[in-house]
Amino acid sequence: MRKHCFVALALLCGSLLSAQVPEIPFDSAANLLKLPANLHLGEAAGVATDSKGNILVYTRTGEDGTMGGSRFFTHGGSRLFEFDSTGKYLREIGVGIYGFLFAQSVRVDAQDNIWTVDRGADVVIKFDSAGRFLMTLGRKPESVDPAGRAGGRGGRGVPGQGVAGDNFNRPTDIAWDAAGNIFVSDAYTNARIVKLDKAGKFIKTWGSKGAGPGQFDMPNSIAVDAQGNVYVADLGNKRIQVFDNDGNFKSQVAEVGAPWAICISPGAHQYLYSSNSNPPDSMDNGEIYKLELNGKVLGKLGTAGKLPKEFGTVNELDCRNPNVLFAGELTNWRMQKLTLHP
Amino acid sequence: MQSHLKTGLFVAVAWAMPVLAPAQELTPAALAARAKARDVPEIAYESVPNLLKFPVNLYLGEGIGVATNSKGHIFVYTRSQRTRMFEFDQAGNYVREIGEGLYGFVFAHAVRVDAQDNIWAVDEGANMVIKFNPEGRVVMTLGRRPEPVDAVAAAPPAGPAANPGKYVFDRPTDVGWDPAGNIFVSDGYGNSRVVKYDKNGRFLATVGSKGSEPGQFNLPHSLAVDAKGNVYVGDRSNRRIQVFDDDLKFKAVYDNVGAPWEVCVSPGPHQYLYSSNSFPDGNDSTLATVTGEVYKMELDGAIVGKFGKAGKQLGEFSGMHEIDCRNPNELFISEIQLWRVQKIILHPTGK
Repeated sequence: MRKHCFVALALLCGSLLSAQVPEIPFDSAANLLKLPANLHLGEAAGVATDSKGNILVYTRTGEDGTMGGSRFFTHGGSRLFEFDSTGKYLREIGVGIYGFLFAQSVRVDAQDNIWTVDRGADVVIKFDSAGRFLMTLGRKPESVDPAGRAGGRGGRGVPGQGVAGDNFNRPTDIAWDAAGNIFVSDAYTNARIVKLDKAGKFIKTWGSKGAGPGQFDMPNSIAVDAQGNVYVADLGNKRIQVFDNDGNFKSQVAEVGAPWAICISPGAHQYLYSSNSNPPDSMDNGEIYKLELNGKVLGKLGTAGKLPKEFGTVNELDCRNPNVLFAGELTNWRMQKLTLHP
Repeated sequence: MQSHLKTGLFVAVAWAMPVLAPAQELTPAALAARAKARDVPEIAYESVPNLLKFPVNLYLGEGIGVATNSKGHIFVYTRSQRTRMFEFDQAGNYVREIGEGLYGFVFAHAVRVDAQDNIWAVDEGANMVIKFNPEGRVVMTLGRRPEPVDAVAAAPPAGPAANPGKYVFDRPTDVGWDPAGNIFVSDGYGNSRVVKYDKNGRFLATVGSKGSEPGQFNLPHSLAVDAKGNVYVGDRSNRRIQVFDDDLKFKAVYDNVGAPWEVCVSPGPHQYLYSSNSFPDGNDSTLATVTGEVYKMELDGAIVGKFGKAGKQLGEFSGMHEIDCRNPNELFISEIQLWRVQKIILHPTGK
């Protein structure tokens, strides 16, 4: 097969080869979450589970704004809900908090602290497992003006120019190494990774916009393995880049489409999952890949669509149990619990 | 010219005299707004007063969308502080709010109820069509609300996209279904097209671009589908209804009923097509003399009659925006400029 893949046929053969990736049988619980009457998910941008199996969903619900003098102040916009493992609604966390503007992801660390990453507020918030506020990273811009500039200090600067240090400009995801060091993908404008210590003190940053090793085009998701290696979903460059704990480039995986969401399972044998999500304006692709940490593709599951077992732009994956994935979807406004039967 | 019954009903009986001013007295704008059809019989009708009973401190804003389900419940989709949807029973008693705080409720445009009593909202601010099941839970979405944070930096140049995406809308206006459950969306203020999806939301076909040729649109503002799957599109600014078959192949044009702000096809063995030449919101008041009427037509375009005129009284219409015609002689009509919904009972000649 492969020897017939001449240049002109490379694209076709590429798709044929990817079609040879084994399908992993799976079931879906697409209606697991039981929301109270008149409580609705919007885009389910973030989903995570804690050690008890509780499910956290960070969802976009629509912002409001207030004119204050000549400045426009945005608030509201996203909400964080907690459910038990059966999908029963437990509570809302962070009601009305200042940093919930445009949900991007939620992750739970080894101590069951809950971390939200907000792409609108440019803020990462750490809550304890009881939902109490502990820490912020970054700062929300004071206001927004219609020309796209952020007014006042904090958060992003001029679009396209990025910001330095530990302020963020549309961050997307967070992960930790075994020592508790924090890694944030600071994505849409800055195209970089920021490393902080467990107390939130800035250590270093690496990356810039581009297609070379160590460069990024929309690093949309990040995960760290037990050895401290950092896996970055380089969405626009259609590859997963792997770095050591200090940000030195090690390798890349380029056979799994455009990685919107990646996840590394815990335990003795860790797996890497990556979603080749359909862009919101198409129903192409959509499959989720299962890989070894060395990049070997083991199988794939699912496709884009609106039915159960189909995906509408998966934006985050939880893989605390490697055979039970939780997938948060943007365009389908839901979370699916996927049970794999490898 | 009109009879007022003091029994609690306002009755606008068939006009005894011509209501249209002589053509030479109309302004150019009014001349342009007047429907071509002449000598159309008037259909007698009445408007039921005090239809919707709102709880204290709940208000309609612009009454943008109205629809009924098989039980006769009334759904109203309205522009409020945030866009909201309310449900009332047959008697107009308030039942509940649907989709409270929903991410896709930004700027209401239309609500329709399908054959299975699912409720569909078309939101021109969120660029979305949202399907609720009869219990009021979201079961499917079409289109996507633009990301507010990225909208500024990533805003495309002004004007409609040259090649609009299959799964994104630009200010969509209406939704309808054929008997197989295929979905038709008029899209809309920005894209000038009609898009067809299968019942699971997968793209099938599209027709239209901006223009005035057959199959082109200049603001497709409303659509309705008959029992054979023919699609009737209110091509508002071209002042014509265009008819397409189920595969969106052009079939016919009806251009004598003014600007079709709203079209509706009634169910049953003998289907009728209703089209509203609405009084344009915020426009020259002289247009009130020649707009505001609704035409009742056969599906082939033959005009059966008309009723109504622009105004603020009960039984008059201020920017009619949506019609429900589940019962062809009991219409529910929402208005933009006067924040209300009217139930109109028709008394066709000979009944």
